[in-house]
Amino acid sequence: MPWVSTTRYSFVKKRCLKLPKDHYIKSYCHIQENSVFLNGQPVFENGSSDFSTFIKSAYKHLETDYPKFFKMDNLSKLAFLAADLLLQHEKTTPEKEENIAIVLSNKASSLDTDRKYQRSIQDKDNFYPSPGVFVYTLPNICIGEISIKYKLYSENSFFIFDNFNPVYLSDYCDNLLQNRKADKVLCGWVDIDKEQYKAFLYIIDDEGPILHNTEELNQLF
Amino acid sequence: MGNIKLELKEKIIEQLNLEDMTVDEIADKDPLFGEGLGLDSIDALELIVMLDKDYGIKLADPKEGKKIFESIETMAAYITEHGKK
Repeated sequence: MPWVSTTRYSFVKKRCLKLPKDHYIKSYCHIQENSVFLNGQPVFENGSSDFSTFIKSAYKHLETDYPKFFKMDNLSKLAFLAADLLLQHEKTTPEKEENIAIVLSNKASSLDTDRKYQRSIQDKDNFYPSPGVFVYTLPNICIGEISIKYKLYSENSFFIFDNFNPVYLSDYCDNLLQNRKADKVLCGWVDIDKEQYKAFLYIIDDEGPILHNTEELNQLF
Repeated sequence: MGNIKLELKEKIIEQLNLEDMTVDEIADKDPLFGEGLGLDSIDALELIVMLDKDYGIKLADPKEGKKIFESIETMAAYITEHGKK
């Protein structure tokens, strides 16, 4: 069929055969090893420092201006900053009321904060559990923090895997989009345990520069 | 009483992670919740734990907290009267 472009042919074929529509990675970001990257380009780096110092200086550098950030646990700080960078890049605002689902995953769950909380209750002679720490002893609280800032009342899930699982995540997100449960999905991996951390978040949309599939996700991760 | 007020401001900034705030920015009569410092319900629980841990005060009736935590001034007055540490 020389008179039909490959893209057009693929589109017509999908429509005729009722195949699932393709989705795309519109933008992505990484936070790891004291650096922040947006779409593969470095936006912040802070030499050698611990996570707390690094994430605080990244917050200031990115002019995040959200005082509640300082009350969050480390997992929420990591997820929030990565999500905020992406959503601001996509010009998302709380006023827009967009239907953006949030699907996050990691390996360590909220273990980093669970340990901190456990330390506060292990001595029965000095038993003063902190409510402010306790509320973060679930991994999906970080989704709540993102949703609160952007007023997202959307579908959300947090999965625990041994490793980044693009097969499961891409199926799940495609399903959300295919069934119109969401217009876009903010998805990815956000993991922290002690000083080991990594965030890789991306936005899946109907259009974008990178096809949303497991190969591309593995490569980007 | 002046010392308690300063001490309370320092403790609140540290324990409630009000990173962008200094003691000079908290007036004795500023409301701690709502329009003042903007503390929330979890912060209120932290303040109850702080009263117990640092001043030996156990609040039997949580409703008491509403009056006690109105401002630094009301907190300092309550601690001066009821504090055991």
